[in-house]
Amino acid sequence: MPDLTAGGPEGRTARTALALREATAAGRWALLDHPLLALPVAGTPAFLEPDAVVVHPDGTWTVVEIKSFPVIDGAADPAKVGAAARQAAVYVLALEELAARTADGDPARVRHEILLVCPKDFANVPAAGLVDVRKPRATTRRQLARLARVEDIAAELPAGTTFDLCLADDGKTAGRPAEELAAAVEAVGAAYAPECLAACELAFHCRARARAEGAVAALGRGLRGELGGLTTVESVLAAALGPEPAEEEAGVPDPTVAALRRAAALRAEALAPPLTGIEAACR
Amino acid sequence: MSLITTLARMEAVRDGRAQPLTTVRHRHLTERPLVFVPLTTAGEAGAPLGALVGTDRERPRLLVVPQPRDRDLRSAFLAELAEEMLPYVEGFAGDVTLEERKETDPATGKKVTVQVELCAGAPQLLVPSAAGVSYVRLLGRSMRFRRTAEQDPGTPHPAPPRVPLLGRWLTHFGERARVPGSSLLLPMTELLSRHWATGQSTLEDQHLGALLAWIDPPEGLTGAEAALRAELARDAAGQLLHPPAGPATDPAFDNKLLAPAVARHDAGLPGAAEELRALLETQLRPTWEAVWRGVDLLRALPEGERAGERWKRDRWSYTAHRDRVRAGEPPQPRRDDAVTAARKLAARETAQAQLEAQEALDDPLVMAGRRLAGEAFAGEVTEVVMEYTEAKVPRPRPLVTVRTDDGPYLAEGAKVHRVLADGKAQSAEFVGRVPGDPGALTVRLTGGMGRGKAPEPGSVPEKGDRVCWTLFEHAPRGGPELPDPERTPWTHGGPPGEPGVELPDPVTAEDLL
Ligand code: SF4
Repeated sequence: MPDLTAGGPEGRTARTALALREATAAGRWALLDHPLLALPVAGTPAFLEPDAVVVHPDGTWTVVEIKSFPVIDGAADPAKVGAAARQAAVYVLALEELAARTADGDPARVRHEILLVCPKDFANVPAAGLVDVRKPRATTRRQLARLARVEDIAAELPAGTTFDLCLADDGKTAGRPAEELAAAVEAVGAAYAPECLAACELAFHCRARARAEGAVAALGRGLRGELGGLTTVESVLAAALGPEPAEEEAGVPDPTVAALRRAAALRAEALAPPLTGIEAACR
Repeated sequence: MSLITTLARMEAVRDGRAQPLTTVRHRHLTERPLVFVPLTTAGEAGAPLGALVGTDRERPRLLVVPQPRDRDLRSAFLAELAEEMLPYVEGFAGDVTLEERKETDPATGKKVTVQVELCAGAPQLLVPSAAGVSYVRLLGRSMRFRRTAEQDPGTPHPAPPRVPLLGRWLTHFGERARVPGSSLLLPMTELLSRHWATGQSTLEDQHLGALLAWIDPPEGLTGAEAALRAELARDAAGQLLHPPAGPATDPAFDNKLLAPAVARHDAGLPGAAEELRALLETQLRPTWEAVWRGVDLLRALPEGERAGERWKRDRWSYTAHRDRVRAGEPPQPRRDDAVTAARKLAARETAQAQLEAQEALDDPLVMAGRRLAGEAFAGEVTEVVMEYTEAKVPRPRPLVTVRTDDGPYLAEGAKVHRVLADGKAQSAEFVGRVPGDPGALTVRLTGGMGRGKAPEPGSVPEKGDRVCWTLFEHAPRGGPELPDPERTPWTHGGPPGEPGVELPDPVTAEDLL
């Protein structure tokens, strides 16, 4: 178990890279406890800290992820395993980067099966299993390649925009007024979806903004696709319930609008059935 | 999400309160459900911390584990839980009705009619959310293999007498909850969101407080405002006004209030146990009230006609488990064998299809969704032409033309179904669209007209009648029969053989549950 302590994130990633190279060359088992890896995200390095990385005697590397959810009778909550796999896939990508830059430059030395360690049944006894992360790895790789570069985003912002909290000496109290920060956050576009609530600390802020704009995506990520060009609640309701567009300006009917109008009509009919209505016929 | 549901959510946003998704209640609610609100300890997945449980809204029983790491205290909690729940669960076992059922006589191989018992009622467990259902399952799994001192005098940490039995029942509830449309164990969030569309996403609907805030906002607040308050509002001491519905607790509560109180309890300070009880009650009580408020809202809806039929299946399931327990069968195995697993899966698929059909038939608003999806159509009969088969004894095969605004996905010869006045289903075949008359469809009735030469009165619609045809069957049956366990092919593990004896879980020094 090599010592990985060093000053600052750059120091620690360098130390990790060195330890990995040495352990690989030595051809022995080695365990790196909380190494620090760097992965370029949107053109800026992000630092990542997996729970552990194992170096095999054959020179391959395995990511180890430790989680607190239990494995009961050999099965764990698939949603939680999926989340752990997505997280580990990012570490695998970072290791592949590193492998490509070191030794013989072979990213294939990073194993695509990660070791997931969880408590077993109802005790604090560890149980481990291999999880294939090729799928989440491919997804993440695609997403990373698609991200706009941070520099490009920054270039669009008004000059002087900063998220610096101006922390006081105690390291806790923010020196910058909240309004200024909020304005800075506002300046950056956001694509809020309800999934953000579980993942991002800005979620309530972004949600409030999305709701204020009447964005349909605030009601569910899938809705935007379903509703075509209609992106606000108001426009959807207007299309569904408003007066029919006049013949001459109607042109080719928009299939989304047509489906919405039909849905609205059916819903209204079912909620206020005529006296001898279909309701009776349906029963 | 269907477009009708989407639209309902948007209307909820516009109106600031939830909109109906149904016109009736699609789940049976019993007169006397048992509400169970559990809490677990943060960081030690599954370790119970406390619970409110009972059938009396005004007088829930509060159970507390003052130190979740202490095995004896956890045992005491489970014993109390069994004391509270088992009399309720077993209370429906005695009152039975007799039903007739066809069975194969093992001696002669003939089908014979036998009379079997069916419990007149069944227990119904309500928990706040889907996480509560998972926790019931977890409790069941952890308890059912334990051994009591009576079963095994040598066991190092004997379980309190009735705990393994409760484990078996909770396992049964947990398994049953996986069957679509069943009502033995129900999460309140799911019940409410089946019946109302809020102006937030389905993810946010999993917060019981926020969901209720949309459905029944307090005076002067919109659903969105009330929901935000339910999610975030904290008192001066930084505690949530609406604690989470559990089983997980709020970290601010854990750190600021719970941890110090547990420490005082560990130090043996006087009054610490009472203090802990009071603390947990503050976290549990709002959720307890919320579940009952949900019950009120749901009871205000009339029950769907076919919900009772599904509840009857729940009663069958309860009766069957009662019989297994009475027969001294061992607890449910840790893992199902291949045949049992396949059977359960097939049963769930059938239940899903039946549920979808029944909800649509019971509720014009649900039917509207099927019509929009092209799976049903409704309209007015414009023409009826009597025709007959050319058999020796001619049978009626009338042609019925319906004008509809719906756009069903029909191929020639496709089967369609409708409900007759007596509740039976009538089938027909799609013949074709009427040329030059958009929206006019012709179907040929193929059944439901009685045995005679002339159709029974009322079985053929008349001109001007409103009818509603579905493309789906009204009582869908499962797929092909599965082989008997003894005939399981080797590709599926072969015959299960003698069920192995399931041993209790090993006891370790670091158990959590
Ligand atoms: S909540 Fe977070 S992730 Fe989601 S849009 Fe806002 S900033 Fe981005």
